[in-house]
Amino acid sequence: MADDKQSWLNRMANLDKRWVFLCILLAVGFPLFFPIGLPMRPSQPVKDFYEVLQALPDGSMILLSGDYDPGTKAELYPQNVAILQQACKKHMKVVAIALWPTGPPMLERAFNEVAVGQYGYKYGVDYVNLGFKEGREAVMVEMGRSIRHAFPRDFYGTPISQIPLMDKVENYNSFPVLIDISAGYPGTKEFVQYTQGRFNITLLSAAPAVSVPEFSAYYQSRQISGMLTGIAGGAEYEALIGHPALSARAMDGISFGHLVIILFILLGNVFHFLGKRTSA
Amino acid sequence: MRSMQFSMPKACAALCLVLSAFSGSLAEPILGDQQAAGVRALLPPRDVQAMDTPRDGGLSLTIRWQPPSGEEAGLLGYRIYRADSPNWEFRLVGQVDRNTMEYQNIPNDSIKVQMGKEYYYKVAAYDSLGEAMSEAVGPVKSRPTWFDIHRLPILVAIVLFFGSVLVFFRITKRGKGLFIRRIAGIAAMEEAVGRATELGRPVLYVPGIMDVDNIQTIASMVILVDVAKLAAQYDVPIIVPLNRAFVVPMAEESVRQGFLNAGRPDSYDPDNVRYLSDEQFAFTAGVNGIMVREKTAAHFFLGAFFAESLILSEMGFSTGAIQIAGTANIHQLPFFVVACDYTLIGEEFYAATAYISKDPQLLGPLKGADFMKVVIMALLVVGSLLELFGVHWLTGLLTLS
Amino acid sequence: MKRQIPLLITFFFGIFMIIQYFIPHHGVNEWGGRFQGWTIIVLAFAYVLGVANVLRISLEKVYRKEADWPFKLVTCISLVLMMGIGLVEGVGEDTFFVRRLYNQLYVPMGATMYSTLAFFIASAAYRAFRIRTWHAALLAVTAMLVMIGRIPIGQGIWSGFPRLSDWIMFEGPNMVGQRAILIGAALGAISTGLKMVFGIERSYLGSGD
Repeated sequence: MADDKQSWLNRMANLDKRWVFLCILLAVGFPLFFPIGLPMRPSQPVKDFYEVLQALPDGSMILLSGDYDPGTKAELYPQNVAILQQACKKHMKVVAIALWPTGPPMLERAFNEVAVGQYGYKYGVDYVNLGFKEGREAVMVEMGRSIRHAFPRDFYGTPISQIPLMDKVENYNSFPVLIDISAGYPGTKEFVQYTQGRFNITLLSAAPAVSVPEFSAYYQSRQISGMLTGIAGGAEYEALIGHPALSARAMDGISFGHLVIILFILLGNVFHFLGKRTSA
Repeated sequence: MRSMQFSMPKACAALCLVLSAFSGSLAEPILGDQQAAGVRALLPPRDVQAMDTPRDGGLSLTIRWQPPSGEEAGLLGYRIYRADSPNWEFRLVGQVDRNTMEYQNIPNDSIKVQMGKEYYYKVAAYDSLGEAMSEAVGPVKSRPTWFDIHRLPILVAIVLFFGSVLVFFRITKRGKGLFIRRIAGIAAMEEAVGRATELGRPVLYVPGIMDVDNIQTIASMVILVDVAKLAAQYDVPIIVPLNRAFVVPMAEESVRQGFLNAGRPDSYDPDNVRYLSDEQFAFTAGVNGIMVREKTAAHFFLGAFFAESLILSEMGFSTGAIQIAGTANIHQLPFFVVACDYTLIGEEFYAATAYISKDPQLLGPLKGADFMKVVIMALLVVGSLLELFGVHWLTGLLTLS
Repeated sequence: MKRQIPLLITFFFGIFMIIQYFIPHHGVNEWGGRFQGWTIIVLAFAYVLGVANVLRISLEKVYRKEADWPFKLVTCISLVLMMGIGLVEGVGEDTFFVRRLYNQLYVPMGATMYSTLAFFIASAAYRAFRIRTWHAALLAVTAMLVMIGRIPIGQGIWSGFPRLSDWIMFEGPNMVGQRAILIGAALGAISTGLKMVFGIERSYLGSGD
């Protein structure tokens, strides 16, 4: 009997990970079909992100860097959409660049969905997608001297001299704020290291949750003025702008997923300790 | 344009007076004699200064000013004009909004600055009705800066670092041993390769997913030489999947060198150094496939990793392999710590080459870095205490901008 | 000689880029920018090496019908297909390459691999957060506090959880630890860079034979 109990406890303590996968699948998948809509309380980094943009005068021009790929689309594309929602509500002009080759199509999709689809923005007048430029940190520094020199053509190959919005663009000084949607390298960390202090720009970051611990030091020292922290940050931001969308829908799944993980941690320790006591 | 500023208001003022005379009522004057009607004339900006932009390449001038005295409710912004002589026509260089009190005439403006040439500037406040121009200031000319004094603290730190490296280098050359604490992950490398040999299965070495211009990749290539040497000594295959094409020849050379150092150059198999894909998750899928199909028994994840770190290490754990990881990407360290048997954290990864080889030349920079850490810790303690008592000179000294 | 020339090149460019950081003169900066541009050009040519490596190894395995050779065949066909169609059609929004191959194959596959992280995190957490020592207990408790503070349910249980989670992440232990490791890693990177620039570390160059 004691041996059976010991064996059962050992089996539970060393549970086949496929059972864990199944529980996660159910916890995350169930709310997608049966949304609950749990209320969100915005955290300080997200509030700062929102307020920096909100404080800008209507019609301001902002610089948006879309540095992510399909792998991080689930986390960062909803943030991209939400950022454009807030910008378009304030009739801001948006100049978009990318330091990842997969960035421009992501940006274009977001522009089509929000700026063009909902707010009737015109390309070249209200927004422009300058596309991808290889060079990483070198491009970041070059933009401090001349964005026109770093991006002589837009995503579609049009010379920027033919784009009306670009008449007002010189370098970082032409923008009150730079927003970086950053999935990894090059991204927010490189903007902090190579441009934020050197060119004295206000930098906002939309990052996946895994990058938040790393960027927290820069946020704490105010080198990053505001931060969207993964899907949770995206959901909080959507609540602030009054437009709950993809991130908010995903938050229910994340909430249950976190609870399942916490439950497994507790259960794992319970079985572990019970097993030790029984064998002793 | 300048002449119109003074003729338009007067003409309008005259028209208003005529109309008011016909209407029998005194119409509000729109322009001209505005002070009599209680509406202030727009005043020019005050204290306009033009200077060479400090700490630049020599192709830029900075113009600063103060807003006009008194309230300027209708003020829209400022226009900056430039001429080569105060008596020549001034051309518009740029325009800023009303809240900006500085303008930089930079190389990418349509009207450029030539280094060493003298210029004169005027700044005009403008509203919907016209402009109020300041007096011309100048001459001013741009000069390149040969040394950015604000970066002096960094130069001092670098010199200190170089100096400490040289000192420890000389100490080790004289034969005096320097203590390095035991790093479990590095000490376990031979154990890991030995275990792969016992099981008769290959070693897997993943040098990160960054290109050759990343210092972690280079450091990983150096460690690869030693791991390849161990693999050659134990006669076990070593598979090196690569995420960047440029790393292929470096990795091939490193593995070949390792086999050469072990005295077994014939055992080197170039097919085991494989470029998989530049795409992060395609590479991850490929490495997972290698782990499962080729049943690798020892995994080395040494280099720059990102989101794929947990996928690689968890998959490796499920195959039962012994795993040693090392990276300076601190956001991935928690995943490696959880899933791997040993993890080299940050600088431990960089110290690996010195630790393995015990070469005195490599120990010098290691101890130099340790010395700099002591200096930084001392600065942190002293700086914090000074800040606590409201003394900011040290913080100011070390602030770059 | 085969080793001396690369070492000299490394030394010259390494020292120049360090010095360039302190000299704002536009001429010096222009050369610095030019050198960085050269790096990008050289790295771009490496793609030829990569493709050659993939094809050589895969086709050899297919030819010899070694274990799992069908996978290698799929690799070669995929590579040729993607490259060929992309080169012929271009990468416009309406092309077959983008609509089918990129949007309907590449994008979902990348997202699928990334999504496996959620499952692996759960299984890793179940295995790793066993309280065997006091610091393991600290780790487990901190992880649970941060997780519960980030979700609305946690906010509902106790309004202090989000504040506590934010403190751990942005003001307290996490930020302190990250900074300490950052400083150490940066010093290690500088030390390694110096070894490369001054030629103290040269094993990555090979034997020179």
